[in-house]
Amino acid sequence: MKKEYSRIDKEKKVISIRGLKKSFDEFEVLRGVDLDLFQGENLVVLGRSGTGKSVLIKIISGLLQADEGDVMVLGSDINRLTPKELDALRLKIGFSFQNSALYDSMTVRENLEFPLERHAKELTKNDRNRIIELVLDAVGLSQSINQMPSELSGGQRKRIGIARTLILKPAIMLYDEPTAGLDPITSIEINKLINDVQRRFNTSSIIITHDLTCARATGDRIVMLLDGKFKRQGTFEEVFNSEDERVRAFYNYNFID
Amino acid sequence: MLSKPDKPDGTRERKYVLTRRLDRLFLELHRVFAFNIRFFKELVVPPFEFKEFIKQCFEAGVKSLPLISLTGFIIGIVFTNQSRPSLAEFGATSWLPALISIAIVRALAPLVTALIAAGRVGSSIGAELGSMRVTEQIDAMEVSATNPFNFLVVTRVLATTLMIPTLAMYTTLIALLGGYVNVSQMEQTSFATYFSQVFGAITFLDVFSAIIKSFVFGFTIGMVGCYKGYHSSKGTEGVGKAANSSVVTAMFLIFIEELIALQIINAIRAT
Repeated sequence: MKKEYSRIDKEKKVISIRGLKKSFDEFEVLRGVDLDLFQGENLVVLGRSGTGKSVLIKIISGLLQADEGDVMVLGSDINRLTPKELDALRLKIGFSFQNSALYDSMTVRENLEFPLERHAKELTKNDRNRIIELVLDAVGLSQSINQMPSELSGGQRKRIGIARTLILKPAIMLYDEPTAGLDPITSIEINKLINDVQRRFNTSSIIITHDLTCARATGDRIVMLLDGKFKRQGTFEEVFNSEDERVRAFYNYNFID
Repeated sequence: MLSKPDKPDGTRERKYVLTRRLDRLFLELHRVFAFNIRFFKELVVPPFEFKEFIKQCFEAGVKSLPLISLTGFIIGIVFTNQSRPSLAEFGATSWLPALISIAIVRALAPLVTALIAAGRVGSSIGAELGSMRVTEQIDAMEVSATNPFNFLVVTRVLATTLMIPTLAMYTTLIALLGGYVNVSQMEQTSFATYFSQVFGAITFLDVFSAIIKSFVFGFTIGMVGCYKGYHSSKGTEGVGKAANSSVVTAMFLIFIEELIALQIINAIRAT
């Protein structure tokens, strides 16, 4: 399934990264990454496991610190923010975790209420309920409001995880392996949801994946992380129209084997 | 840190291993110290997560009541029963209530409560936070601009610090009641006589020191559980390790603190 046309503002960069480097002990994961994300764009970052894809979005959200390089998010240099400024910026970033990271001890409603109680204190109980219903409706899970995360399937957990990030209306969405561990049908639903979120909430997104079906369905632009750097960049066809053995192997593994 | 030796020289190899272990030890001590300092800093920084604090008080306090009640009552009975023969040899069984009260108030109740809480509450905190770390729930809190330390650590440490002394006082009463059940069966002592002897034997210092000690035990249990869980390594094995080492470390520290408290109280009594 190919992605439909998106409204992308090429004049407006929401994320701009230059010369990003990150090592863990002696292992250099990111070796000088340059990246731009434009307003309204879905950017897919492809790469094998352990190549630093998740590290990249963790640096963007301030969960990890870069060793070197500039990371500008919505005009702010993430490395130079005070904790308070970082928290203010984080409210504009939604992070969908690989395993959903729903709070196990809370119901779906409490999971969704959690950010609202802390960052939208001016809202009345009725307003909160309305917003919760709205985002649950957006992810198609209104009936699960009183369930515990342990009672949900993998796909439902992903959807609730996305709903929780949407509740504060973020400008940027970061998806970490959104289709990992899901069956093909549920994966297609999640891909549709990612595109829906982009359209309805006018978000710009970075989607980390090694699932090429997800990449083709959701990405306006695709970059491939090889040896700690972005080696290929462009549309799906442009990226995979390559003689590079590793790129071909990636394609063949997903679509042939 | 020393670089890895380039030749298999026995002395250098041992020196290298020792230096690495020392490095790790000091790093761990630094992290523990920083964790404690951070707790006191965050304690006074708003917002205070009142709802979560009440929930944790319920978890640590109310949910421990059945186990604490049973243990306290049995300790009272067993201790009284085991002490009787020694006192009977000197014809001093009438001193039993005083002996029971001093032993239970000064040492047994706070210590037993703390050890039970270390097993029940400490392990649960370690496992819960460890599991939250492994499943990225703590990261999820952080990226949603909620301070996970404030929400998870401050509330839990504060809850155990306040609940353990409360439980210790409750255990004291239950254990004394257990003692009374045994005494009343063997000596036909009345309830009023028993408790008047019990309260006559203890001083303000006994009660005060037991409460202060319990605050320290409670703080230790909460802090160790939170530290182990919060810094749990990745994977389910890490969660198990966090829960297990929360109990072992807290129990070890509780015994050390009991010894230190004993020395301090003895010094105060001597003055």
